[in-house]
Amino acid sequence: MNHIKKECVAMLLAGGQGSRLYALTQDMAKPAVPYGGKYRIIDFPLSNCVNSGIDTVGVLTQYQPLVLNEYIGNGQPWGLDRAHGGVHVLPPYETASGKAWYSGTANAIYQNIGFVDRYDPDYVVILSGDHIYKMDYAKMVDFHKEHNADATIAVLEVPWEEAPRFGIMTADADGTITEFAEKPKEPKSNLASMGIYVFSWQKLRKYLIENEQDETATKDFGKNIIPAMLGNNEKMVAYHFDGYWKDVGTIDSLWEANMDVLDPNVPLDLLDDSWKIYSRNPVMPPHFAGPQSRIENSMIAEGCEVNGMIDFSVLFAGVTVEEGAIVRDSIVMPNTVIKKGAVIEYAIVGENCIIGEEAHIGERPELIENKDEWGVAVIGHNVKVSDKAVAPPKAMISKDI
Amino acid sequence: MASMANVLGLIFANMHEQLLPELTKTRAMASVPFGCKYRLVDFPLSSMVNSGITQVGIITKQNYYSLMTHLGMGSEWDLARKNGGLHILPPYGREGTGIYRGRLEALAGALQFINESNADYVVMTDANVVANIDLRPIVDFHEKNDADITCVYGNVVYPVERAQAQTVIEVDGNNTVYDVLARPTMSGEMNVLMNIYVMKRTFLEELIRESECRSLYSFETDILQHKLKDYKVMGYKYDRYFEIIDSMKTYYKATMDMMNRTVSKEVFALATPIYTKVHDVAPAKYGIDCSVKSSIIADGCIIDGVVENSVLFRGVKIGKGAVVKNSIVMAGTVIEEKASFIDAVADKNVTVTKNRVITGSADFPVYINKGGVV
Repeated sequence: MNHIKKECVAMLLAGGQGSRLYALTQDMAKPAVPYGGKYRIIDFPLSNCVNSGIDTVGVLTQYQPLVLNEYIGNGQPWGLDRAHGGVHVLPPYETASGKAWYSGTANAIYQNIGFVDRYDPDYVVILSGDHIYKMDYAKMVDFHKEHNADATIAVLEVPWEEAPRFGIMTADADGTITEFAEKPKEPKSNLASMGIYVFSWQKLRKYLIENEQDETATKDFGKNIIPAMLGNNEKMVAYHFDGYWKDVGTIDSLWEANMDVLDPNVPLDLLDDSWKIYSRNPVMPPHFAGPQSRIENSMIAEGCEVNGMIDFSVLFAGVTVEEGAIVRDSIVMPNTVIKKGAVIEYAIVGENCIIGEEAHIGERPELIENKDEWGVAVIGHNVKVSDKAVAPPKAMISKDI
Repeated sequence: MASMANVLGLIFANMHEQLLPELTKTRAMASVPFGCKYRLVDFPLSSMVNSGITQVGIITKQNYYSLMTHLGMGSEWDLARKNGGLHILPPYGREGTGIYRGRLEALAGALQFINESNADYVVMTDANVVANIDLRPIVDFHEKNDADITCVYGNVVYPVERAQAQTVIEVDGNNTVYDVLARPTMSGEMNVLMNIYVMKRTFLEELIRESECRSLYSFETDILQHKLKDYKVMGYKYDRYFEIIDSMKTYYKATMDMMNRTVSKEVFALATPIYTKVHDVAPAKYGIDCSVKSSIIADGCIIDGVVENSVLFRGVKIGKGAVVKNSIVMAGTVIEEKASFIDAVADKNVTVTKNRVITGSADFPVYINKGGVV
């Protein structure tokens, strides 16, 4: 097949387990986790690619890929069903010399050098499927070109006290990175890596191959590739980003990021037509607010049927809330049924669950004396909660109760 | 049982527009918005797809731009196909004839398309019936009876003004049609045609050719009425929910029917969904102190006021203190702060300004045209 050269190809690392989301990622990869009423996390990097004019995206999958593969499909919802380029799901594969799982972020790209080479790109954008943000990668690639860089790393200023949780860059006045420290105890800067990289492909290709030959390497961008390039004085620059960016790697951050869509002061406008976030839409009728419904401060997706009370919550497509049920400060994922009189507070309820009558999930923090005992309660996907059952704060339920 | 893969679907996009002049002024009947996010064409088109039909032609006449953007390549209906799929058939202006006058002339323009489909059967429908119809038993019925023409009808109780917009038939105990009344002055119980017809493709082609050389153009008058005795015309009774949109009043009524959960669950059955164009709009947002009851709401709405017994299309904004009752509010319309909008229909992108009070009645809902500012 004749491949048309692409200036830029994106590689999206979507194989991670997302183990800190526990029950929510038991049977789906983290990028497939529902977010914001109708999206899945991966919609953000995919839509950013399309909106940035990048039409060739490799999605590297490994952990529990079924939901994710089905979701991406032929890429049509993002306009990535292209004759040249488009979205390609790239799972690990067997070769003549043996089988190999993706053993690190760099190894995953290494194993797909063949895919990238087909498009003979000048630049490769490396993305992850863990973040909620809107970003124009084209501007970052331009910045990379202007600085004649070998690698450009997107950075975000974080509060100093949070810096030890991130990969921290130290950069001089013109943006050149002088130092990189992975989760430093005493950070020298508060510029955190967002896990978004632009590389000149031939340069990255060389480092990937070298890294692969080093048997002691963990084959990871943050641990190996970036330090190696820095050590060899390659031109590496920091690209400042100051928009909304949220890691959704933990239960608390996933809950907060969903609540952010309800907050008019948060600069993430999902209704902004100039930078649409595309998603695979469920084929469902519009939602119905029934005669008994009381809905405020909430986001409700298509196919929902609400007869209960909803406050400060996000209901995904096809959720049913029966009479007398109360959903407050919670996230309810697609097709879940909340029966009469059930109460859901400060909770994340997964897809296709049934919450029985008068069951009680989660608790309000003001009712808990010892704040250490309080946290968001989580019901995993496909769980049935029987009538009057109770799931306390911080509960992590992945089997029927 | 007939294989639905060998059935061609034809949808007439512009029929009966004179009955709904307000809503079809800037668009085809087929692209009249309905039920929060649909266009009327979604109902026959989804019914065809759900029944297993994989090739569909949409016969257009005028004002078809919005219809074309709605349908695109047909991928939402899974009709973007290598073989068959969706075809929009623009009016086929032939020398000396101009734009078609009736169904038969429209079909003459689509003759090559019909012929090349190579289908065994053709199902033709109009675009002004709200229903989720399984066409398979209808094609089976046609095949079993070895009929020339099968027409689908519903038994209804209509007042005179509705009967006068319809074709009414009489059927005997064997389901044979023995009388056809066009726009009769009658009321009460009657068998009204839903304008869904099944024919063998070869029969239809022959009918088109013959009608053309005899200058016949109305299927209802020239064929069903005048040639009823020449053909085997059968009536198939459809007894599930349907509503023919034949006036602003019935448009309003059919919309309000969607608030009835039994009807809505039948029309929007999850197993046979009604497909429509995807707009990639975020879910609806409810603000502080809003109150919404007995209403259906599309994605992208921002609601800060009171909404009761109403239908809000995509991206509608209801301002603080505004009250919307018994109304249909189409995409992009803004009801500003403290305005009232009761028993009314707002077309797309209307603005009802602050403190304005608009009130109609269920029999005569006030209609505000596209882009209007009141």
